[in-house]
Amino acid sequence: MANRLLVKGGRLVDPANGVDGAFDLLIEDGVIRRVGRDLPASDAAVFEVPAGCIVAPGLIDIHVHLREPGQEHKETVATGTASAVAGGFTAVACMPNTEPVNDHAGITEFILKKAAEARLARVYPIGAVSLGSRGEQLAELGEQKAAGCVAFSDDGRPVATALLMRRALEYAGMLGVPVIDHCEDPSLKGDGVAHEGLFASVLGLRGIPGVAESLMVERDVSLAELTGAHVHIAHMSARQSLRAVRAGKERGVRVTCEVAPHHFTLTDEALDGPVKYDTNLKMNPPLREAADREAMLDGIADGTVDVIATDHAPHHADEKMVEFDRAPFGIVGLETAVPLVFDRLVHTGRITIRRMIELLSVNPARVMNLPGGTLAEGTPADVTILDPAMPVTIRAAELRSRSRNTPFDGWTLRGGVVSTLVGGRVVHAATRESHR
Amino acid sequence: MSTTASRRQDAPSAGDLAPASLRSRHLLGIAGLDAGEITLILDTAEAMKEIGTRSVKKVPTLRGRTVVNLFFEPSTRTRTSFEIAEKRLSADTLSIATATSSVTKGESLLDTVRTLEAMAPDMIVMRHASSGAPHLLARMCRSAIVNAGDGMHEHPTQALLDAFTIRAHKGRLAGLKVAIVGDLMHSRVFRSNLILLRTMGADVWTCGPATLLPPGLAQFGGRLTTSIDEAVEGADVVMMLRIQQERMHGHFFPSVREYFSLFGLTPERLRRAAGDVIVMHPGPMNRGVEIDSAVADGPGSVILEQVSNGVAVRMAVLYLLAGREGQGGEA
Amino acid sequence: MTDAHASTGVSMPQVMDADRMSRALTRIAHEILERNRGLDDVALVGIRTRGVPLARRLARALREINGDDVPTGALDITLYRDDLMRQPVGPQPVVRRTEIPFSIDDRRILLVDDVLYTGRTIRAALDALIDFGRPRAIQLVVLVDRGHRELPIRADYVGKNLPTAPQQSVQVRLQEIDGADDVVIEGEP
Repeated sequence: MANRLLVKGGRLVDPANGVDGAFDLLIEDGVIRRVGRDLPASDAAVFEVPAGCIVAPGLIDIHVHLREPGQEHKETVATGTASAVAGGFTAVACMPNTEPVNDHAGITEFILKKAAEARLARVYPIGAVSLGSRGEQLAELGEQKAAGCVAFSDDGRPVATALLMRRALEYAGMLGVPVIDHCEDPSLKGDGVAHEGLFASVLGLRGIPGVAESLMVERDVSLAELTGAHVHIAHMSARQSLRAVRAGKERGVRVTCEVAPHHFTLTDEALDGPVKYDTNLKMNPPLREAADREAMLDGIADGTVDVIATDHAPHHADEKMVEFDRAPFGIVGLETAVPLVFDRLVHTGRITIRRMIELLSVNPARVMNLPGGTLAEGTPADVTILDPAMPVTIRAAELRSRSRNTPFDGWTLRGGVVSTLVGGRVVHAATRESHR
Repeated sequence: MSTTASRRQDAPSAGDLAPASLRSRHLLGIAGLDAGEITLILDTAEAMKEIGTRSVKKVPTLRGRTVVNLFFEPSTRTRTSFEIAEKRLSADTLSIATATSSVTKGESLLDTVRTLEAMAPDMIVMRHASSGAPHLLARMCRSAIVNAGDGMHEHPTQALLDAFTIRAHKGRLAGLKVAIVGDLMHSRVFRSNLILLRTMGADVWTCGPATLLPPGLAQFGGRLTTSIDEAVEGADVVMMLRIQQERMHGHFFPSVREYFSLFGLTPERLRRAAGDVIVMHPGPMNRGVEIDSAVADGPGSVILEQVSNGVAVRMAVLYLLAGREGQGGEA
Repeated sequence: MTDAHASTGVSMPQVMDADRMSRALTRIAHEILERNRGLDDVALVGIRTRGVPLARRLARALREINGDDVPTGALDITLYRDDLMRQPVGPQPVVRRTEIPFSIDDRRILLVDDVLYTGRTIRAALDALIDFGRPRAIQLVVLVDRGHRELPIRADYVGKNLPTAPQQSVQVRLQEIDGADDVVIEGEP
């Protein structure tokens, strides 16, 4: 059925093609047919973009835990992709630490089938580097890529040994696919649960030093240099890690990195807040100290940080309502990312809207070699419409995700998602009351 | 001072009223107490102490109240001390040690406590291996919670009985040089004592091997040294902390022998302290590891007094918290 | 009756001045000696707070008349009060030390308090004393009895009987605590 939609009005920001201005988008059969000024509607349905809003290439979150198969009580592909589009994301890349671990093609196919049934955000599975992510034996990376994996990671854990990481980089490099590492030295991390520093000491929590992360980042940068392959550093949080990435980039190493919104918004001081030992502040890597947050903000502004990715990690309320030591690590992030980026990065003057789109769309597509991140004619019509001035109150109880583990409940922020289109279909539209 | 005409003669008269209640209905840590509240607890403990010298060591004050001692970590000393304190106040007391409890069947902490609460205890005294466990309960449960030790975080009644002991010998806390020596990183006794002594104006010196110093300690307050000689020099009070031998597995120190040689409190080292120094230890002691027997049993040692003061201090805490119950349950 | 002025400047009728208080205590001391035929096994226990200095004054008076030292102790009855933990408002009284440095077994104990009113304080004091031992007898000395008993308690020795209305209150001031000696009534009858 010839399906034409005219996205009219607003400011079109398409950094990949150097476009920024009052342009309209004509979409036909799920593809961008034309980009131009004052396009005539003719027989197309018209989507009026409210004044002051941004029309951007669909946002892409390359670090999401969809929990299916095996942990459907926390999230499913259906609820996770619903959460994604509510958060303005037209595509997500999902990590393999499901049950069983996504270390072979059959599981990747299962995930893609579920995503197709849900018909919401696009899902790009990330396959495990090693069997079961146990760090002993390389998984069948070739088969996994053929099934649809776009990258490899043992996320949840670091790639266990330097030798395995080297081989993985070489092999994945041959396949043209990056290895994503959850950087953490297990012996320094020990049984830590919070950032090693004043607040962990005050609260009597075992600490994880920033160096536990950066030591592994340095390893990976060196191995990427050795192999000439691409390594992507997941959820970077420590200033020492940023230094290592920056130095690697200066040497021409193919290293990229991502930072999650909580790491540029919160610090370990939040643990000692009015609600003490709040397990919605427990994640790995942990909330670090002010100097680390400042470094992440600097890196985001100066270009060292390539991507903002949420590390969306849903956990059931029962699992989080326990002693801090016993609670699982992680918070949800798909529906809080855009307001936090607007409120804490754009409105504070740290970055421009153009840079925001690079961090949330252009670069994620580039890093993972995904289609998207662009509004060029002939590309799939994945579009996110954003309102920089929209007042947003985060309400955990109203999240589309199956889980509610967020530290931002009750926060009022400025900037949100008006609408999300995947393949030309409107899969999310904010109502006047439910400002997301 | 109000002079409500309808006030009964028996009501307390003007000179008796002081800030005679604690602001919180729980005792989760020293961190929530100000100097006035700490003084109130110590003063009340003075009166409680006398009850232990009578032949009938009981007062009817908490008659009809139920106190549950929920100990997820083994403890004879603290649990017994609380039990005796509760019985001296005529409360009905019940102790649960986890080896026999439903927790071993995988029941969560919250469910364990909620099941207990269905039987309406007035107060729960809890010791748990996880820092912050009592804070979780205080948020989610109805009973008043007394923290008998949570992980590495706090052990408030221990710090209070330590302060009571110091005050009994020195007449004050402000201005005293107090040295705390040992495994500072893992010690809840250390954290609670540090906060209390600094709140009351003492000059605290903390000492331990570099591997066992909590990060950020310099910002806590107090002076920091890895030399026990420096810490003990001129000290009015020396408090030795227990060192767990299992720590050797985390590479914190190579051997018990070396630990004693670098950080053990010997009579020679103690001579550097003030002439009337008192030596304290929360117990149980590792003789020959952190403290020499000659010192533990010597003239300056007040270690056994600490234990007997523990009952009086815990009676004071239970009395003051129980009295808050009717005053609007607000955490 | 002369008027005393409280620190608020409100006038409060004075029912006993220092002189009359002193003579009342002396008279009570004589009564104690007469009734107990000497002081052999007598001891004084003052109820905190103002019963304590009164007990000490009585001990002095008894020594002046009789020559013997009467053992004197101080009893804090806070933990025995029947209204503890029942009031939902206000700060609680501070608990002070009880100091009875002698055995009360087989003794005649003279409980001393400043004002006798509902009798509940005395009930608490009796419970406390019985936890200390088994006295042969307990007698009650009060400086002022203002009536309105709620329990079957009566004083053996009274400094002054003072009819009052329930909404009034009687304040005893003592040199040792308040810097002056007198007894005043607050409130309208």
